[in-house]
Parts: sequence; C-alpha cells; structure tokens
Amino acid sequence: MTKIKTHVLCCGGTGCKASASDQIIDEFQNILKEKGLQDEVQVIRTGCFGFCEKGPIVKMLPDNTFYTQVKPTDVRKIVEEHIIKGRKVTDLLYLDPENKQHVSDSKHMGFYKKQLRIALRNCGFINPENIDECISRGGYEGLGKVLSEMTPQQVIDEITKSGLRGRGGAGFPTGVKWGLCAKNKADQKYVVCNADEGDPGAFMDRSIMEGDPHSIIEAMAICGYSIGATKGLVYIRAEYPLAIHRLQVAISQAREYGLLGKDILGSGFDFDIELRYGAGAFVCGEETALIHSMEGKRGEPTFKPPFPAVSGYLEKPTNVNNVETFANVPIIITKGADWFNKIGSEKSKGTKVFALAGQINNVGLIEVPMGTTLREIIYEIGGGIKGGRQFKAVQTGGPSGGCLTTKHLDTAIDYDSLMAAGSMMGSGGMVVMDETSCMVAIAKFYLEFTCEESCGKCSPCRIGNKRMLEILDKITKGNGTMEDLQELRNLAGVIKDTALCGLGQTSPNPVLSTLDNFWDEYVEHVVDKKCRAGVCKQLMHYEINPEKCIGCGACARVCPQEAISGEKKMAHHIDNMKCIKCGACHEKCKFGAIEIK
Amino acid sequence: MAKVKSLAELKAMREKLQSNLDLREKSNDPDSMVQVKVAMATCGIAAGAKQVMEHMMEKADEMKLKIVFTQTGCMGYCHAEPTIEVKVPGKDPVVFGHVDNKKADEILSKYVLNNELVEGIIPVNYETIS
Amino acid sequence: MVKLIIDNRPVEVAEGTTILKAARQAGIHIPTLCYFELAGMNFENKPGGCRVCVVEVEGRRNLAPACATDCMEGMVVHTNSARVLNARRTVVELILSDHPNDCLQCEKNGDCELQALAKRLGIKEIPFKGTQSTYKKDCTLSVERDMDKCVMCRRCETMCNKIQSVGALSAINRGFNAVVSPAFEEHLGDSSCVNCGQCVQVCPVGALTLVDNISDVAKALADPTKTVVVQTAPAVRVALGEEFGMEPGTIVTGKLAAALRRLGFNYVFDTDWSADLTIMEEGTELLGRVKKVLNGEKATLPLFTSCCPGWVSFFEKNFPDMLDYPSTAKSPQQMFGAVAKNFFAKKIGIDRKDMVVVSIMPCLAKKSECAREEFAVNGNRDVDFSLTTRELAHMIKQFNLDLNEMPEEDFDSPLGSSTGAAVIFGATGGVMEAALRTAYEIQTGKTLPRLDFTEVRGLDGVKTATVDFNGLGVNVAVCYGLANARAMMEEVRNGNPRGFHFVEVMACPGGCIGGAGQPYHHGNSDIIRKRMEATYREDAGKPIRKSHENPDIVAIYKEYYGEPCGHLSHEQLHTHYYDRSTKVEVK
Repeated sequence: MTKIKTHVLCCGGTGCKASASDQIIDEFQNILKEKGLQDEVQVIRTGCFGFCEKGPIVKMLPDNTFYTQVKPTDVRKIVEEHIIKGRKVTDLLYLDPENKQHVSDSKHMGFYKKQLRIALRNCGFINPENIDECISRGGYEGLGKVLSEMTPQQVIDEITKSGLRGRGGAGFPTGVKWGLCAKNKADQKYVVCNADEGDPGAFMDRSIMEGDPHSIIEAMAICGYSIGATKGLVYIRAEYPLAIHRLQVAISQAREYGLLGKDILGSGFDFDIELRYGAGAFVCGEETALIHSMEGKRGEPTFKPPFPAVSGYLEKPTNVNNVETFANVPIIITKGADWFNKIGSEKSKGTKVFALAGQINNVGLIEVPMGTTLREIIYEIGGGIKGGRQFKAVQTGGPSGGCLTTKHLDTAIDYDSLMAAGSMMGSGGMVVMDETSCMVAIAKFYLEFTCEESCGKCSPCRIGNKRMLEILDKITKGNGTMEDLQELRNLAGVIKDTALCGLGQTSPNPVLSTLDNFWDEYVEHVVDKKCRAGVCKQLMHYEINPEKCIGCGACARVCPQEAISGEKKMAHHIDNMKCIKCGACHEKCKFGAIEIK
Repeated sequence: MAKVKSLAELKAMREKLQSNLDLREKSNDPDSMVQVKVAMATCGIAAGAKQVMEHMMEKADEMKLKIVFTQTGCMGYCHAEPTIEVKVPGKDPVVFGHVDNKKADEILSKYVLNNELVEGIIPVNYETIS
Repeated sequence: MVKLIIDNRPVEVAEGTTILKAARQAGIHIPTLCYFELAGMNFENKPGGCRVCVVEVEGRRNLAPACATDCMEGMVVHTNSARVLNARRTVVELILSDHPNDCLQCEKNGDCELQALAKRLGIKEIPFKGTQSTYKKDCTLSVERDMDKCVMCRRCETMCNKIQSVGALSAINRGFNAVVSPAFEEHLGDSSCVNCGQCVQVCPVGALTLVDNISDVAKALADPTKTVVVQTAPAVRVALGEEFGMEPGTIVTGKLAAALRRLGFNYVFDTDWSADLTIMEEGTELLGRVKKVLNGEKATLPLFTSCCPGWVSFFEKNFPDMLDYPSTAKSPQQMFGAVAKNFFAKKIGIDRKDMVVVSIMPCLAKKSECAREEFAVNGNRDVDFSLTTRELAHMIKQFNLDLNEMPEEDFDSPLGSSTGAAVIFGATGGVMEAALRTAYEIQTGKTLPRLDFTEVRGLDGVKTATVDFNGLGVNVAVCYGLANARAMMEEVRNGNPRGFHFVEVMACPGGCIGGAGQPYHHGNSDIIRKRMEATYREDAGKPIRKSHENPDIVAIYKEYYGEPCGHLSHEQLHTHYYDRSTKVEVK
C-alpha cells in the first residue's frame, strides 16, 4: 500500500469557488493521475480559510505551504515542482506587504498570527462533506458527552459558566437563554438556528456552514437535549446554495450514523433537523420576524414579550441561536467551560469572527479573542490601510453599528466596549475606511440599506428612516442646512427610542456615530458646501495642478465629455461646465496632477 | 453504514479514523514533533528516496512514532543520495546520507527513539532548506 | 395584583394588564393610533406599530409602547415627560409627513382618528418634507381603497384575517413602501373579499371608505318620472341618532320615517316588514327540512340563515361544496325589492322601470348584494341603490335637516308594518329568536309560553341552545364574525357532531348593529351594546312580536303569494347560490 505523503487542501468556499477553485481541484486530480501520484497525494475540498482577499487558497501539507491566488493553470507547476521535486513555487506564495518577502507558512503571516480559531476550527481543515473527517477531529463527542454524562441542567450550567454570548449581535448570554426555554413546559419545543446572515459584507455564518456544518448540527442537538426539544430548524437564506448543500449532506450523513434521528447514541434522546429557506430579508435575522417567516407569515417582528422561549415557532417554546454561537458549543462541552472562559475579555468570553473589509490590505474572515484591539485587527491582521493611506474610520456591526475613529483604535473590542463607543458588535462586519471615504455618504449608504430592509411595521422605522435618508441626501447634494443637522439628530434619537425591533432601534447608529465623531465633515457639507473626500459629486470638482501636469494628454483622451483641453507638453485645463465628474481623468493621471477640490 | 450506538463507539471510531487526518493534525504544530525531510529531487528519486520514504513512514507508524514527513528539493548532496534531514525538537537538524531501508530503521530506532548516534551523518555548516 | 406608579400616581391592577389600560384606570389617557379593541367581543389589534402610545419606564433603555407592555411590580412610568412628549410628537409628525393633506375633501373628515390625534397634540406644522407614498386606488361595489392614506395600523388586516378569516388583506412590500393590500396588488374585487366592509368600520383614517351612492339617490329623487320607494333596515333606527349627537341606543324610528319623507321619497317603507316575510319563508323551510328528517327522509341540516350578504358571499367563496345548507330565502332587503317591484308596482299601476327602490342599510355588503345579476329583471334591479346609515345621515344634513327636530311619523302602508320579531333582526341572535317564535307556534300549534329566548341574546361570538319544541329538541347556534362561521361550517362538514338544526350567521361584530355602514364606533363596544339594548327595547314595546301575526304579512300571502315556500314565493322570494370560489391562477 502506498502511503499518502501530501494533502492538498483547496478552499471550496463560495468565494474561492467563484474564482475557479473547482477547476483547480479537477486539475489537481487530473495531473496527479497523469503523474501516477493519485495514491500518494490526497486532494481535499475544504471550507473557507478566511483569507479571501488572496483566494483561491491552496494549502500543502504537511509542510504548511500556503499558496495564494492560485489559477487552474498554476496546478501543473505545483504538482511538478512542489509535489514531485519538493520545491516551493515562490510566485504563488504570499508576499508580505511590509518587507516584500514571500512567506511560505501561514503561521508566519500577519493575517493568521494573531488569530485564534475556535468557531472556525475546522474551516479550511476538513472536508465538510465527509463526516468521518469531522469525527476524527472529535466531532459529535460533545453530543456524546452530554447524552451519556450530563443532565440537561448541567449542560445549561456549563454553557452559562463558559460565558458564551449570542454571536448574532446582541450578546445575550446563551446559557441563560437556554435556561429560559428549558423552564417552559410544552409538548413540543424547537431549536432554531438563525442562518439568515443579513449584514452586508458579513459571511462568517456562511463560511462556518460551508466549512464545518457538523458543528452546527451537533450544537443544535446539544441545545435540544438541554431545553427538551426534539426538533431543530435551520432558517437559512436561499442565496446560500453551497451552505444549504453542505448542511443537507451533513444532515443526511449524521442521520446515517445515527447522530440525528431516534435514540441518538443509545441515549433514548431523539432529535432531527430540517432546513427552512428564507428569502434573505435583513429583518428576518430578528428572531420574532424569523419565526413568523418560518411559519409562512410576513417576516416582521412582534413585540417581546412574549419571548420565543415562551411562545415561538407555532407558539411553542423556541430557542433561537445564531450559527456562530452554535459553532462554539460543541468545543465548550468537550474542552469545558473553564477552558473557554479563560479566553477573551472580562465580560465577553471566547473569540469573535469578523468579516474584515474595506480599504485594508488583508480582506477576509478572521477570528480573534474578545478583547483584541481595533489596532491589532486593522494593522497586524489586516496589514494596514491600502496604498499607505491614512486610516479614518472603522464601521463595526453593519447597518446597526456605528463608525469609530482613531481615538477608538486601542479599544479592546467586546460587546460592551463597542456599545459604549456608540457602535455594536453586530454579527461581526468590520469595514475599514480611509480618507477617501466621506462619512456623510457612509451614513447615507447604511441608511439606504436599512430603509430597503425595514419591514415597514412601525412608523419610526418606516417613515423616520426615510426622512433621515432624505435629509442626508439633501446634505450630500449641498442643500443641507444647520437645522437639518438638528432635525437629523432629533430624528435619530426618537427612532432609537421608539422603534419596535432591534433593526429600527439601531438603524440610526451610523448617523449618530458619524454625527458624533465626524461633526466637522457634516458642517463642511452644510456650510462650506464641501466634501473633503471628494465622494459627494455635487460638492466637488476636479482641477489640474499646473505644477504637476506634464501635458501628456492622457486625461483629455479618456474624458467622455471633451472637457479637458491644453497644448501638448503644457498644463491642461478642465472646463467645469462640461465636466460630469466621472473621475476617469483622475484615475488616469499618473502624476497626481488632477486634484479634487 | 451501521449507526453509532454509544459514545464509546464514537470514540473508537475516531481512533480508527484519526490516521487519515494524522498528516493534517501533525502539520498544525510540526515543531513539537520529529520532522523528517526527504530530499526528493531527480537525484534522490533515482537513488530510491521515494521507496525509502515510504518504508520509513510505515515503520514509524509501526513504532507509533509521531513524525512529520516532508519532501524537499535537492539538498546538494547528490553524492550521498538518498539523503534525509532529521530534526528532533530542541536539537539542530542532522542530515544522513546514503539512507536505505536498513539505515532508515536504524535512524528511527536509535537516533529518533534513543538519541544514539548513527553513522552516516553529513557534518556540515548547515542551514535547513525551507 | 401588581402595584406600579404612573405619572407619580400609585396604581394597582391585575397581573397581565397593559400600561395603557392601567393608565386609563388612573384617569390618564395615553393617545393611541393603531391600537384597537372591541372589549368583550374578542377583537384586539395590538401590533405595537404606530408607536404613538410610547411611555417612559424607569430603568428601561428605550421607550415602551403602552398598548403592548404589561405592568410589572414596582414599575415607574411617565406618560408625559419631555422625552415622551417629544418622541410622540415626532412620531405623529412622521406619520403626517406621509399622509395626504386633503382633510377637507376626505370621506373621513371629522371622523378621522389621525386628524383627532394631530389636533390633540396641537400639531401646526410638519417639519419633514419628503416623498409621499402613492398607490393605485381601487374599489369594489362596497369598499373604496386609497392606500395613500394608510397609516399601517393593521386594524383592517386583523379584522379581515382573524375575525373574518377572509384573508383578503395583508401587509405587502417593505420599508417605506409597506402597505396593506390584496395579494399581488390585485383588485380587492378579484380577491377573497366578501365586502363585509368591517375593514372600513375599523380604519382610523380615510384609507378604506365606503362607495358613496348619495348622488345616485339624490338624482332619482329629483327625477319626476320616478317613483322612489325607500326601505330601512332594523339596525338603522337604533344607530342613526348618533350621527346627530344623540346618545348611543336612542331609538329614532319615527324621526327616521319623517326625515325620509322630507327627503322626498314617495313611499317610506320598512325592511322590518320584509324581515317578517323572511321569517315566514325561512321558518317554513326549516320546518320542512326538519320534518323530512323526522320522517326518515334525506334533508340537509342544519339550515343556515341567509340574510347577511357578507356571509352569503363568504360561503359561496369558501364552501362551494355546501351551497345546499343555507336557506334559499332571499335577504329581507332583496325580498322587499322583489315585492316592491313585482307586487307593489303593479298595485300602484306603474312599470317596474319607473320605480326606484332605495334601501337604508347598516351594511356595506348590501351595496354588492343589490347589484347581483340574479336580483335584477332585464337589468332592472329589485333594489336599485343601497345607502348606509352614515350616508343617510350625510344626506339628511345635505338636505338641510336635523334629525333631532323631526316629528315622530309612521311608515307607509302596506310594506311598512312590522313586528318585534323583525326589529331584532338587527342584533346577533335576532333572526334566530324571531324564527323560533314563529317556527315553534307553527310546528307545535301552541302559543309560546315566553317570547324572549335570552339564551341566543348577547354579544358572545358563538351561542348555542336547545329549544324544546314540545318534546322535539331543536339545536340551534348563533354566531357572528366569519371566522366563527368558518369553524361552524367546518364542524358541519365534519359530520355536524353537535346535531345542529338551525344556525344563524352574521358577518359583523354583534350583528347588523355593528355593521360596516353604521356610525363609526371607534372601538367602543359599549356603543354596540347600547344599540343592542335599544333593539330589544323596541321589540318589547311592539304590540305584535311574532312575524306570522303581522296582519300585512298574512294579507299578502292571502292576496298574492298563497303560502310560504309556495310556487310564486319560490320564484320571487328565494334564490340560488353559486360557486364563487376564488381560484389562484399561476400566470
């Protein structure tokens, strides 16, 4: 028997799949066969590695070589050089933006150095469609442990002790939530997994389901055992076909192994899981709206109480947790609450997955211990701001969160510190902005999203957000007044104070936090009619700096309006009457001569 | 597939399945384990490095030794192929030349297991190849 | 009991009481908009959506909706702090900023709850200028929809789905474009709507209104070639006074007749008369079916009443397999029309085309009912126009009259005399009681020992009783609200386990007295209760209280129809039902 000497892990997450990772895997298999190496090298389609910026990722084991941005055409070289001759393909290695050195081992990459992967422990490591790989990593042992060694109350106590809080955003203690549901007697209870990830840019839940679906199944069964539920439902948005597929595969494998269904592991405990597809409404991430949607009703929240723990799905006691929350559960059970609650900050235990995006070098999915500072995330893991520009703000928590500034860079982030800073954890979106971002436009962008996604049930959210958006639109077009700013603040306050659900109550956060942290920019828009970032088209124009212009004429050639004129080798000039501010010239000029004024 | 009927069965199953993932688990923290790098350039392959590597992997399994085997490029000792580099945690790496199955067994049982020296070390001012 | 403090006043309430109700107990009236309750009638709309009733609860992060928040021990509530007042005003301003400013031309002018709220908060200006939502206008024969005015209180939706189980209206779209609409924004007329009009009765604003037929009637009155005959339903006389500032429950029968005469109707008749006729036909039909069963023959039981056009439309749309259950007797409105245009027109020697029959009804569905093809002869309707109680009030005012100043007058003869049995048609259980009074005496040949069947009276949604017909136990049920009717139909479909013989169904809360064409009750169920009391008062005061003793009814059978359920009455006084189930077509 030939021994397998090399494992090729190839990311099969949605992002890398979109960049042809399927073809890469096919290509590996073909070429390995051609070389007669199919029995020595195992190619594994894994979940997401997180470093999506550099996808598709191919990781070679055991030597941990981390190839980035691999194309199907690179595969032959990897096989011939790396696998056959043991020589690394340097071109495909990650290039450290700081010292311009190639880094071969992911452990030495800034992106991974500070990370601690708990929820993502199996993502990018196992083949999510193979339950055996999951089991050999200790999968379902948490479930086995609770069923054979623990009472439901002990499970709840363990989770409570671990300090795990809801990763969907609000940070409610998970153990307490389970306890509330366990307390209510009913002929049927439900465990619901909220996989309706709706924050723009957030994709941790998708990645977990794609990369480690069994952890969710196991956690739901553990939860079911502790609260006395025999039915689990995963509410997942239909836009996640791969996650749906992986979950379906995982559920059927778990059933086949008797890890779902009747009499699990001989304990007498029954539990099974069904999938429910959502249409991807942001508000359906709110648990009461989610439940209504599952019942076939209009996805809109209702007033709590009654809480789902009392009256949820089909009016039965229901426990709803987010995907990432569940992903933490099995390992808490196997490693113990004491292991978990040593990680993180005082009131927020464990790790949090963030979707790092924006004007930052390393975009991707990261998992860090609670209490990591924004600076560490942005500069060490994120590799700093793109193009060496200045950091301006970081938006956390998606449309419900706020924009934090340089003064918050050393905040150790957890639920409470983010809330205190005027933002929130949310589901873990983190968008980094530099000086090219206009904060008024950013506030407007997020509000547009909330307006679109509001269910329209309560007046403050339905009409108030629309009115705020209209005022912001007025400001970005240069028609704002100081009274508008006052009205904006009042409206934001009232909406926060009166909206029915979490979506509405937090929707003014992007506006309020930018008003607080970037007041000057608002005033500039209103009083000076200026947008310093040059984003608000009505408030800027382009000018050619004659000192820098060499008269190459490149700008004039790309101008669709023929608004640029000038003699060859002489400084050019933009006719602002003709200019439509498309920015083509600005992008084209190699000399930085076209300036935003 | 028969259903798993108890936690004990599940654990037994894990034991059995684990070897499939060994290679990956080991690579999580290779520095804590004995690492064997086999020079697998044309010269090494021609001299039988591949066969030696496979033999060594099997032997290590038999002896229940946790060893990370990697293939590397030519180490530059073409005269002494097959060559392997062995790095025991906390020690400098050592390169052995002319490794055949017998030598390999010896390296495992003497050097790796008992820290006894084995003939055939290529003494050099040496920096490991990455 | 729970003790709390509201605006510095200690309040003690039962557990589960909302802040809104606790405050009311303490004489503190927190304004509301979406909240709507018919106390004791099982209707509560509490979406917590408008946020007008928000209050400050100490220790709570945000404001709480008083309508949906239960009192807790030790709670300290402020209903009028600066924070609350500012939030409430801002919320109302926001609602107004997406509302057409056309109060002067609005059907609901003066009856609008949003208007009243704006007035109460002293709103003089709307600081927010922005886009307004616009939607297609739509109407059926009974209901007009102008969703530009919708405030998303969802009362209509709750009414349509929970109370009526009709399911024609629900919220669609999202965010600023969210609105209540039939599915796929189809026409309401193409939906499962049965025109009960209860959505109109509960709408706080002018988004849902009635189809106004005043001008049609005014035109007929002004036409010298037309003989205009009016009939007025039992429930109108106990509610019309409210529109003229009278106490709810004031009986205005005489003034009503006088006002109609002054409006210029040539003959002022009474639907009560045809209600007595209905009892004759329906009662006979019931006894016929019961007798058949007693004789071991096949007959469909229970018999369902068919006076209520909302209900008729409902079972045609939802129970096409059970069309043989309801009585084939036409409703009193249509019986009257048939008698007027066939018998009475001939009697006074005019062609039916020269006669215009107008009905004054507490009902919106009557507008659709009179337009049914089967109730017309060569396109000439038996009842030409149906006006609601509210429209009549408007018309009286438009004609420079005040009901308060009207003398007491009688209805004209011969279609104007009636019994107490007819009067009670207006209240839930009334048709049942009237039918029992007659059926008992016809079946047993004995005089009833007591006329008041109190077991079928009252505002419970479903009432059942077994009446002893001289040894024969007749099982009856009375329900209002179409969801209750649906449950009853399903029970019957599943084998009628409770063995009902006769079931009365009225679509509207409390029966016709709570009809959609009645003066707006704005959620005050006491008003409905007082109308009901007035109905039974009127009955008790009548010299004749059994339909079969109405001399004019006796006379018309002698003179014209021969006998109840005879050949001619089948032709003129009975009808057929059709499968009108709405089929969903996948395009």
